[in-house]
Amino acid sequence: MLNYLIRRILYAIPILLGVNLLTFALFFMVNTPDDMARIHLGVKHVTADSISRWKIEHGYDKPLFFNEKAVGAARAADTLFVEKSLKLFALDFGAADDGRDIAREIKTRMWPSLAIALPTFLVGLLAYISFALLLVFFRGTRLDTAGVVLCVALMSISGLFYVIGGQYLMGKLWHWFPISGYQPGLDAWKFLVMPVLVSAVASIGDSTRFYRSLFFEEIAKDYVRTARAKGLSELRVLFRHVLGNAMIPILTGVVVVIPRLFMGSLIIESFFGIPGLGSYTIDAIQAQDFAIVRSMVFLGSLLYILGLVLTDISYTLVDPRVRLE
Amino acid sequence: MSPPDVLTQQSRPPRLEHFPAAGYLGRALSLCCVFFIAACSGPVNSPYPASEGGKRGASSAYSAFGERPKHLDPARSYSENEYVFLGNIYEAPLQYHYLKRPYQLEPQTTTAMPTVRYLDAQGRGLPANVAAAKIAVSEYEIHIKPGIRYQPHPALARDAAGKQRYVPIKPEELERIARFEDFPEKGSRELTAADYVYQVRRLAHPRVQSPILGLMADAIVGLKDLARDLGKAAKNQPKDAYLDIAKFDFPGAYVVDRYTYRIRVKGKYPQFVYWLAMPFFAPVPEEAERFYRQPGMAERNFTLDWQPVGTGAYYLAENDPNRVMRLRKNPYYHDDFYPSEGDHGDREAGMLDDAGKRLPMVESVIYSLEKEDVPYWNKFLQGYYDASGVSSDSFDQAIRMNAKGEPDLTDDMRQRGILLSTAARPSLNYMGFNMLDPVVGGLSERARKLRQALSIAIDYDEFISIFLNGRGLPGQGPLPPGIFGYRDGLAGMNPVVYRADCGNPPFPKGGRGDLATSAEAQPSLKSPPAPLWKRGESVSPSPADCARFKRRPLDDAKKLLAEAGYPNGRDAATGQPLTLYFDTAASGPEAKSRMDWFRKQFAKLDIQLVIRASDYNRFQDKMSKGSEQIFEWGWNADYPDPENFLFLLYGPNKKVGGGGENAANYHNPEFDRLFERMKDMDNGPERQAVIDALVKLAREDAPWIYAFHPKSFGLRHGWVKNAKPNLMTHNLLKYRRIDPAARAAYQAKWNRPVLWPVPATLAVLVALIWPAVAGYRRRLKATAHA
Repeated sequence: MLNYLIRRILYAIPILLGVNLLTFALFFMVNTPDDMARIHLGVKHVTADSISRWKIEHGYDKPLFFNEKAVGAARAADTLFVEKSLKLFALDFGAADDGRDIAREIKTRMWPSLAIALPTFLVGLLAYISFALLLVFFRGTRLDTAGVVLCVALMSISGLFYVIGGQYLMGKLWHWFPISGYQPGLDAWKFLVMPVLVSAVASIGDSTRFYRSLFFEEIAKDYVRTARAKGLSELRVLFRHVLGNAMIPILTGVVVVIPRLFMGSLIIESFFGIPGLGSYTIDAIQAQDFAIVRSMVFLGSLLYILGLVLTDISYTLVDPRVRLE
Repeated sequence: MSPPDVLTQQSRPPRLEHFPAAGYLGRALSLCCVFFIAACSGPVNSPYPASEGGKRGASSAYSAFGERPKHLDPARSYSENEYVFLGNIYEAPLQYHYLKRPYQLEPQTTTAMPTVRYLDAQGRGLPANVAAAKIAVSEYEIHIKPGIRYQPHPALARDAAGKQRYVPIKPEELERIARFEDFPEKGSRELTAADYVYQVRRLAHPRVQSPILGLMADAIVGLKDLARDLGKAAKNQPKDAYLDIAKFDFPGAYVVDRYTYRIRVKGKYPQFVYWLAMPFFAPVPEEAERFYRQPGMAERNFTLDWQPVGTGAYYLAENDPNRVMRLRKNPYYHDDFYPSEGDHGDREAGMLDDAGKRLPMVESVIYSLEKEDVPYWNKFLQGYYDASGVSSDSFDQAIRMNAKGEPDLTDDMRQRGILLSTAARPSLNYMGFNMLDPVVGGLSERARKLRQALSIAIDYDEFISIFLNGRGLPGQGPLPPGIFGYRDGLAGMNPVVYRADCGNPPFPKGGRGDLATSAEAQPSLKSPPAPLWKRGESVSPSPADCARFKRRPLDDAKKLLAEAGYPNGRDAATGQPLTLYFDTAASGPEAKSRMDWFRKQFAKLDIQLVIRASDYNRFQDKMSKGSEQIFEWGWNADYPDPENFLFLLYGPNKKVGGGGENAANYHNPEFDRLFERMKDMDNGPERQAVIDALVKLAREDAPWIYAFHPKSFGLRHGWVKNAKPNLMTHNLLKYRRIDPAARAAYQAKWNRPVLWPVPATLAVLVALIWPAVAGYRRRLKATAHA
C-alpha cells in the first residue's frame, strides 16, 4: 500500500503542475498585470506611472517565463511563473493584492468553514441515508412513491430558495436565529444552526434519490434474503447489511469531499455572512484579487487529489477484497 | 439452541427503540422547547454577543460594511468604503462644517484656516491680488492646535529610556503576539507639525502607492523629485525595510515650529485647501512607519494599512474585516464640540439640540460584515442596525411617492418610527461622446446637432424612474447640486434639452444661433425668468407653474437630426442608415435591460445602436486609445468646487494622448480659456458669470449628455439623533447620538420569538412519521406470502 500511495503522490505532481500552468496562463496571459493594476487602482487619477509603480510594488513587473536581463539560473527563477505560481508547491501563497498574508487568512478562515461544513456533512449524511433506507424499506408502496415525489420536488427547487426561505422563516418571521453573521467561540452555535439546516434540507432531494438507488440495487441481492431468513429484523438488515455493502459507492462520493470541507461553501457562506474560505474565494473573484484566486484553485486541486487518495484507502477499510498494490 | 422464531419475533409489538433516531428527535425537540422558553426573556436572534447585545449596548452604534476595506493608510486609501473608517480615525487639518450648506471648510486640528502667501520665481512675496500668471509658488501656512494627542497605539509605547518600546522587536516577542490587540503596551504622544510634513512626504513613498501622487507631484514643489529619489533608494533595500524618508531633500513642505508648517504649491492653486480636508493630508507619526517596517510584521498583517493610528475621535479597537470592525472612543481626543450654528431649518429639525456638547457622543461603533442586501435590510427592520440605505429590493417596502411626487415613507416604516433623509450627491453620471470620433465628435455644426438631438431623445427622466426608482435628478449641465456655480430650478435648466413648462414656451427655430439665443436668454439668479416665456399672448402662467420645465419633444430632436444631415436616421448623402456604437463594461441581466432601453431611445430617432460590451480592462483600453464612440461615465466630487467638474472638459486633460480625466477628449479653445480664468477665481458673482459661460458652452457643444445626479436615500431609526446627510465629509460619527434605552425596547418588541411553529412542526413531523411507523408495524405483523 505504501508503494501505491507514493505512486499516487508522484502522479499528483504533474496534475498540479498542469493546474498551475493552466491557471497561470488564465491569470497572466489573458489578464495582463496592466489589467490587474488598472482594476486595483480604480478610475480616478490613474496614470501610466501609477500602473508601473503598482506592478513593481506587487512584483508583477517581471517577465512571464524567461528573464533576459537576469543571468544564470535567475533567468528562469526571476520570473512571474516561479514567483507567483511555482511557489505554491511550497504552500507559499504570498500576499493578496491588499497586502494581507494569504496563508494566515486561510488558517483563520478554515475554521468557520469547517464549523458549517462538518455538521452539514454529518447531519446531511445521516438524514439522506436514513431517509433513503426508509424509502427502500417501503419500496413499492405509496409511502415510497410519496417520498420519491417529495425528493423530486425538493431537488427541483433552486438552492437559493432554501437560503432565502430559511432566512425569511427562521430569521425574519419567527426570530429564532440571527439572519446572518458569525461570532467565534461558543456564541457561534446560533449562527450555525440555520445554515446547517438549510444546507441539509437543500440537498435532501438529490442525495436521497442517489442513495435510494444504491440501496435498491443491494436489497435485491441474495445476502439480504439470507439475512432475513436468519431472522434478522428489517432495520438490522438495512442498517447493517445493506448499508455496509453499499459503502463502496457511498465512499466514492463522500470521502473525496472530506478534505474539501475546509474550502467551505460559496453560496451558504456568502448569504449567511460566514467568514470562511468560500466567501474568501467569492470576495477575491469579485475584487479580482488573482493572488487569492490562484491560491484557492491550487489548494482546491491539492485537496481534491488528497480526497481521491483517501477514497482509495477507505475502500480497503470497508471491503477486505480491495488491496492497494 | 433453538432457531430464531421468526413469527414470534414478527408478532412482537415494535418499540420506539426500533427507531433510535426518534428517541433522540424527541429529546432534541424537548431541548428546543426549553431553549425557546428561555429565549422569551430577550431577543434570541440578536447577531451580537450577549455581552454587547442591543439592550446592554450602552451608547454603541451598530452599522455594517459590505466590502472589506482594502487600505486604511490615509496616504493610500481613496475609496468611499474605506473613508467611512478613515474619516473617523484620522484628522486632516481641515473639515467641512457638519450642518452648513453649501459645504464650508473649517478648521479641524488647526487654529484657523490656512493662510496663503504668493511668491514669484525669485521667492519674493507678492500681493494677494496679483495676477495668477505671476505667481510661481503659493505657500500655505498651517498652524495646528497644541495638545492634540494620538490614539493609544503600540508604535507610540516608550520604554524607560524614552525609546520606542517595540522598535526593534525581538522575534521571540513577536512570536507571542498573534493579534494586534495582544501588544501589552500602548502609548500616545502629542501631535506636532512634523507629523503633517511627514505625511506629505509619505505621498511620494514608493511602497505607499498613493493614488494622488501623480496629481500632487504636479502641484507640490519638489514632490516629483522626492518620489524619484525615494524610488531609487527603495530599489536597493529589502521589500519591507524601513526607508527613512525624512532624510531626503524636499522643499515642498517644512516645519516652521512645533505647531506650524508650510506647504509650497506650484503657481496659484486655490483648490488646494480642499485637499487639506482629505485623509491624504492627515498626520501619521514616523514611529508608526518604523514600527510596521520590521521583519515579521507584514506576515501577521500588522501594517499601517490595517492598524491605523490617528488623532481622530475614534480608534480601531478591533479589525477583523472578515467579520467585524470595532471603533472605540479615543481616550485622548481633544476638545471638540457640537456646532452651534446650522443651516436653514436645522434648528427646527432638532439638529442643534446638542449644540455645544462635547464630542464624540457615542462610545463605540460596531461595523459588521454584511455582504447581501436582504439580510442587511431585515436586520435593520429588526433594530440590529441603526441605519440603512434603500436598495432596489426594499424600495417599495420603504418608500412611496406622495401626491407631490416626492419620496415619502410607507405606513409600515412610519409605524416603526423610521426616518428618511434624502440628499443629492455631488456626482454626475453622463453619457459621453468621443470628440475625436468622425461621426459624433468634433465641433462642426453637423456633429453638434447630432449630439444635441441625441441629448433630447435619450430620456433620462424615464431612466431615473425605471432604473433608479426616482433616486436621481436629471442633469442640466456638468455641475451637480451643492457645488458653487450650480443653478437651481428654471435658472439652471439646460435649454438644449428642456423647455419651460408654462403656457407656450418659446423654442428656437433651430440651429446653434437660436439655441445660443435661448441659452443667453435663460435667467440668471439675479434676473427673473419672465422674459423666457413671455409671448404677449393670453397665457399668463404663474411663477410657480413656470418654475417647472420639461424635456423638449422628440420632433425637436428629429429636426436637429435632419439639420445634422441625418433625416429619418439616414445619412442624407449616402442614404445609409445611421449606426452608432456604444461601448460599455457593464454586464449581467440588469445591464442588459439598460442596454435594451438605450437601443430603444436611439431607435426613436431611427438610429441603430450597436452595443459593444467588453470587460472593464478592454473598455479602459478603448478609452485610453480613443477607439470608443459613445460611452457611460461618472464623476464624484473630490471637493465642492466647480473646478473639480469642469476640469473634466478641459482640453489639456484629454484622455487620449494626455492620460487625463477628460474622457470625451473635448477640446474647445474658448472653454479652455474660460476654465483657466475660472479655476483661480474666488467664489463670487464674477466667478459665477464665468461658470455660466462655461456651462453654456458645455450644453451647446454637448460633449456629454448630462444624465443624472444620483440621490442618496437614507433610513434611520428614531433612536438615532444628529444624522444630517453630509456627502463631502466622513467624520460624521462624532456628531451622532444614540438613545440606547429606546433601541433596547424596540429590539425586544420586534424580536419576540414566535413559538407556534414549534408544536406545528412537531405535528407535521408526527404526521409524516406516523404512516411510516404504522407501515412498519403492519410489515412486521404480516405473515409471509408464498
